[in-house]
Amino acid sequence: MIRLIVNGVERTAEPVGPESLLTTLRDRLGLPGSKNACEQGECGSCSIIMDGELVCSCLVMASDTDGADVVTVEGLGTEDGLHPVQQALLEAHGVQCGYCTPGFVVAAAHLLERNPAPTADDIREALSGNLCRCTGYGGILRALTALVGEVP
Amino acid sequence: MTITRTTRRVAGGIGESPIRPDGIPKVQGRFEFSGDAFADDMLWGATVRSAHVKARIVSIDTAPALAMAGVHAVLTIDDVPGKRTCGQAVSDQPVLADGETRFWGEPVAIVAAVDHATAVLAARSVRVEYEPLEPLVDPEQAFDRGETFRVMEIINGAQDLRGEIVVEGTYETGTIDQAMLGTEAGLAVPDGVGGVDLHIATQWIHEDHEQVYASLGLEPDQVRIHLSGIGGAFGAREDLTLQIHLCLLALHTGRPVKMVYDRAESFAAHVHRHPSKMWYRHEADRDGNLVRVEARLVLDGGAYQTTSAAVLANAAYFATGPYRCPSVRIDAAAVRTNNPPAGAMRGFGAVQVCFAYESQMDRLAAALGMDPIELRLRNALDHGDLIPTTGQRIEGSLPVAEVIRSLAALPLPDDDRDDPRRLPGGTGLTTPPGAVRRGVGFAVGIKNLAFSEAFDDYAEVRAVLTPEGLRLETAAAEVGQGMVTVLEQIGRTATGLDRVEVVFVDTSRIGSAGSTSASRQTQMTGGAALRAAEAVRETALARVGGDDLDAEGVRREGALVATLEEVLAEGPIEELVRFRHPPTTGPNETGQGDVHAGFVVAAHRAVVDVDPELGLVRVVQIDTAQDVGRALHPESVRGQIEGGIMQGMGMAVMEELLVDGGEIRNPSFTDYLLPTFLDAPAIEAVLIEEPDHWGPFGAKGVGEPPTISSTPAVVAAIRAATGRELPRAPVRPSDIVGT
Repeated sequence: MIRLIVNGVERTAEPVGPESLLTTLRDRLGLPGSKNACEQGECGSCSIIMDGELVCSCLVMASDTDGADVVTVEGLGTEDGLHPVQQALLEAHGVQCGYCTPGFVVAAAHLLERNPAPTADDIREALSGNLCRCTGYGGILRALTALVGEVP
Repeated sequence: MTITRTTRRVAGGIGESPIRPDGIPKVQGRFEFSGDAFADDMLWGATVRSAHVKARIVSIDTAPALAMAGVHAVLTIDDVPGKRTCGQAVSDQPVLADGETRFWGEPVAIVAAVDHATAVLAARSVRVEYEPLEPLVDPEQAFDRGETFRVMEIINGAQDLRGEIVVEGTYETGTIDQAMLGTEAGLAVPDGVGGVDLHIATQWIHEDHEQVYASLGLEPDQVRIHLSGIGGAFGAREDLTLQIHLCLLALHTGRPVKMVYDRAESFAAHVHRHPSKMWYRHEADRDGNLVRVEARLVLDGGAYQTTSAAVLANAAYFATGPYRCPSVRIDAAAVRTNNPPAGAMRGFGAVQVCFAYESQMDRLAAALGMDPIELRLRNALDHGDLIPTTGQRIEGSLPVAEVIRSLAALPLPDDDRDDPRRLPGGTGLTTPPGAVRRGVGFAVGIKNLAFSEAFDDYAEVRAVLTPEGLRLETAAAEVGQGMVTVLEQIGRTATGLDRVEVVFVDTSRIGSAGSTSASRQTQMTGGAALRAAEAVRETALARVGGDDLDAEGVRREGALVATLEEVLAEGPIEELVRFRHPPTTGPNETGQGDVHAGFVVAAHRAVVDVDPELGLVRVVQIDTAQDVGRALHPESVRGQIEGGIMQGMGMAVMEELLVDGGEIRNPSFTDYLLPTFLDAPAIEAVLIEEPDHWGPFGAKGVGEPPTISSTPAVVAAIRAATGRELPRAPVRPSDIVGT
């Protein structure tokens, strides 16, 4: 059994064998916001923040996460209000099918925690581990540059 | 009936870019995709797939899998109670391999177990004995053997016309994958009385429905298909994958069954863009007027037909591009091989030929000593012209010259090679700035809108006016493109009401909306929504003798005569509309006829920086001008353009499914490269708004044109930078380096 903090709440889970943290979050802890699109760490759809680091949860073995502090997309924003990154993506039409969106939200929120004033190049670099097949990244870039007052 | 549209501008109506209604749950991670569906007591399914390209199945031993704890079912073709085959145009694909496998990864058996891990292990434990057979993987050989899904011979105009300037070329395009981020997934729930509810991500629930109930051996009303959240599509969800399998397992076990493909399985399971081989001869007079185009096209359809006949038709009908030409001969074939089945992908046959005919136009310009843009303008089709292949007169708008001129007028980007981040290969210090060569390429592409060749193409929408506002019910698939927002906007503008809600209903509650493909839903479901909304508005006005409707109620000469509640006191107003576009015909024996419902054109100009020693390409900028009829939601149009261009660029420089002897060698995102944020070029888009003749408010579909001419534009730019011929897309580093 593992005990971990997920979105500020202490949770326990019993991952089986080499199960990834992504599977544990989605199938055991009722948090399907993190998406599985490749299971190889190539697409970033399962991005979460674990102990302050941005990680692909599909590459983390769940049984190794005992004691970890995890933030998923469900932990950003509140019932009453969206996280600024969520609001920006919404307003700048940076969302189409939305499958990659949770990963982008988490990765962008993590970037802004480390660097509150990123340039457009910083944004591109920081989000280059997240694939989007719908938008061509234009709406996502406009959302985040508008949020930090940069030129796309 | 006279239709009166509201004269006042409605907030959130057409022409604005309101926020999409599913946007908040999507940014919160709360939007339920098909892979997120869950039911109490559900089982997980998994699929046994053929490890052989072509083989006879000697035996299938399900006993070891069935003996495993937690395994509830192992099914083969003999467990299919109804029709043993499925398929969209032709029912030629066994639901599960029927004595023989014909492509690598073909489904052979399915299992259901208590959890995902057990299901996967059980699938591996099914013992299938194969007798491998020699596969047919060469499309030319398939053609020679008469293994074809469709052969077309288009002959139009005087066949003895000859031009003084002649250019010939042979071109190829590779196998491309849609690579939608959400893999195939769904949940089937037995209804307890012999029927089943399937929750699925698909492009067309009614087409799925026809195939699913037939194979289950059930009556149509015993199967209900519900749209689930769709993580992209791009053509990959046009054909069935796991739909019937899920229902078989659910009905067999009496429990809900969920199945989610992993990425490798997804690559094997859905159809891809047809790889093509194309020979062309263009002839022109000395002034650059096209005189004759001849082409021979071979598209590899793979093991089963799926949509090959329609893909081939697009390739053949648009083989000459958006240009006038008095003499045409096109021989085209979609062949059957043992390669992975090919079918729908954004651009649907128009993509492959555009790469070839635009390469030819550049070659012709060079032979003429003429500016390539001038050559294209000189031959540009326009409203009222005849399509050179079919002879069909262009009834709607088709601003080819306007698109070309608008694009050519955009400024070119600055040279930024002094910044190491802007070099091909980036800051990896691979490329010395002095070695970089810049090139600019230009291409134009044409495609049809909606379904063609006498297909009975329609979409249904039910509009319901209640005190809460207007509800629009549809079965159309929202795959991410933003149709849900556009339908709301159409509803607002048509009625004058601001409260409009789009509700997706299952196959039992409304008729078909047709597929979310062929750039058709804005026009088709949008067209139905417009008419249905107008009709409920007219009824509301008639009930109280008003002449206008807004959020407060019905007005007469500006004064409120009844609130919406009062108007609806006798009950809600409901209108079901089945909308059809102008009818099309089939082709005659030489390919002529009014086979298309409408046309759309776009042009792309690419700027690339190339390291000719390492073969690295950085796509600096891709600008475009696109014929959109009328932009109903300009930001969504922009999103379609940017996303579509990125897929076109991927096909130009990095994306290709490597199919070797029928086997896919790179079924992963590690090896099938998709453009990332750092690969994304700057994009400037000009929207050309010349209203079309039947789309709502003059709108045309906008989804596919960005993916058609962007590929040849990028390849043309690499040619300009390197001087290489580059007759194949995607361009590989070795093609540039020349080793």
